[in-house]
Amino acid sequence: MAQRRAPLEYNRMWQIRIWLFAVFFFLYAPLVALIAFSFNDSKRNIVWRGFTLDYYRKLFNNQDLLIAFANSLTIALFATLIALVVGALAAVLLWRYRFAGKVAVEGAFTLPLVVPEICMGVSMLLFFTRVAPWPNNLIWPLSLGSIIIAHVSFCFPFVALVVGARLASFNKEQEEAARDLGANDWQAFRDVLLPHIRPALIAGGLLAFTLSLDDFVITFFTSGPDTITFPVKVYSMLRFSVTPEVNAASTMLILLTIVLMAIMMVMQSRAQKAKG
Amino acid sequence: MATQTQERRLAFLATALPPIAWVVVFFLAPLAIVWAYSFGQNASLTEVDISGTFANYARALEPLYLGIFAKSIFVAGITTLLCLIIGFPVALAIVFASERWRPWMLLLIMLPFWTNLLIRTYALIAVLRTEGYANFTLEWLWDRASWLMTLVGLQPLGDFTPLQLLYNNFAVVVGLVYVHLPFMVLPLYAALDRLDKSLIEASLDLGAGHLRTLFSIVVPLALPGIISGIIITFVPALGAYLTPDLLGGPDSQMIANVIERQFKKANDWPFGAALSFLLMYATFAAIALRAYLSRGKPPEGHGI
Repeated sequence: MAQRRAPLEYNRMWQIRIWLFAVFFFLYAPLVALIAFSFNDSKRNIVWRGFTLDYYRKLFNNQDLLIAFANSLTIALFATLIALVVGALAAVLLWRYRFAGKVAVEGAFTLPLVVPEICMGVSMLLFFTRVAPWPNNLIWPLSLGSIIIAHVSFCFPFVALVVGARLASFNKEQEEAARDLGANDWQAFRDVLLPHIRPALIAGGLLAFTLSLDDFVITFFTSGPDTITFPVKVYSMLRFSVTPEVNAASTMLILLTIVLMAIMMVMQSRAQKAKG
Repeated sequence: MATQTQERRLAFLATALPPIAWVVVFFLAPLAIVWAYSFGQNASLTEVDISGTFANYARALEPLYLGIFAKSIFVAGITTLLCLIIGFPVALAIVFASERWRPWMLLLIMLPFWTNLLIRTYALIAVLRTEGYANFTLEWLWDRASWLMTLVGLQPLGDFTPLQLLYNNFAVVVGLVYVHLPFMVLPLYAALDRLDKSLIEASLDLGAGHLRTLFSIVVPLALPGIISGIIITFVPALGAYLTPDLLGGPDSQMIANVIERQFKKANDWPFGAALSFLLMYATFAAIALRAYLSRGKPPEGHGI
């Protein structure tokens, strides 16, 4: 007699199990291989010859790559901070106020989510070379300004989405109570609304940070010879040759992303616990 | 209470101005400039004369570029279809997974989505190139097969010739499916999760098989989510730049690669601008189609 299972337990069908296994293998095997071969003691990426940390040592002596990494982190940090302010204000604006042209404003805020990356990239290229040229002799963090601005433009709608979702669960009476008790607009915002949206700000900020850190296409069009970011540098490295050094660099970035995601999830579950 | 209304007005302006100013100056204005450039022509090496000409759009309609547009739509379409076929059972499995497993399966789907696009594409290069893991595995299988042939007294197979898996259209489609699968699975999951499961049970109780239940109950009910998934996958696949650039060969360029070339090597910015806007119009058409197909239905949230 066949094994009995409830009609909806699709996961116990062997076809579905094989399918799931194949899909997750397809998704993860290339990444696992990439990470594994960053520790391989061979220039060729295919046969395992023994464990080594040589490529990580090389990585930490590669000045260009380190500068690119520092650039990426700096850009992500500033872009996140600005995107948090702009995105949170956008969410509050759409949530609290009714005003003429609200639909158009809402559309404009979601447009960066749907415009193809390449179009946004060329628009930033045009803007920062022909219309508002970014001075190219600025000292270091300022020289990254044009890239930071471009990153804010595609990150803030994500922050607005996350914060907007959190605002929907806000009880407006709390704010009214604060006003009745004598708080002005700013105090009510700072002491009542801001604490409520804090988890969303953290989640949105981490989201923006990850998006900024990962962006290649838009940065590719805005970065100059002195403002190379990590993905742009990796791109030029793997254009020339595929070496385990690129694997090591990629592994570092994957690790960073996983850490950021873990923090984001812990924050979210903590927020959910606080709510429930 | 004049001061209070004044204060309210100030609060509104303080909330409204920064985001609106940002989106106008640093997003809409750059796009408007691209739009203006698409009606211009090169006056000198660095100057463009915006003369209101339609020549760039006329050139975009030449067979060469129309062909690339058609090809991009075709490649994105195949990618979307493959994502739907591969992703549907996955979404179904996640919906019916136990409470304990579901968050982990969702995480497993989303984790690659957060991994750098460049890195994922690079990982695929190592799999697909002639001395990559795919050919390595095939060679091993070939040798085993050859050994089996001699074992049963047949001629051994000849030497293994590595397959050309990289730098062609096949590699581009594989890469696009690899990258866009989460875009399909998450909306499908959101749609299937809201489904009334008792309807499926009723269908099975009344004697329909699993396949018939799937096609006459699950698919029609989840159709809005399926359409969402299709559009959400199709739109970024259509505008993909990195995947065809790194995995494709000379004949697998997509529209984004042509746009990039106009702005970098070919230095024909007005023509590149016209192509950019044609790509944008195609994107908006797809999104409008989604809005049209799901009209009257409540908006749905995606867990992205």
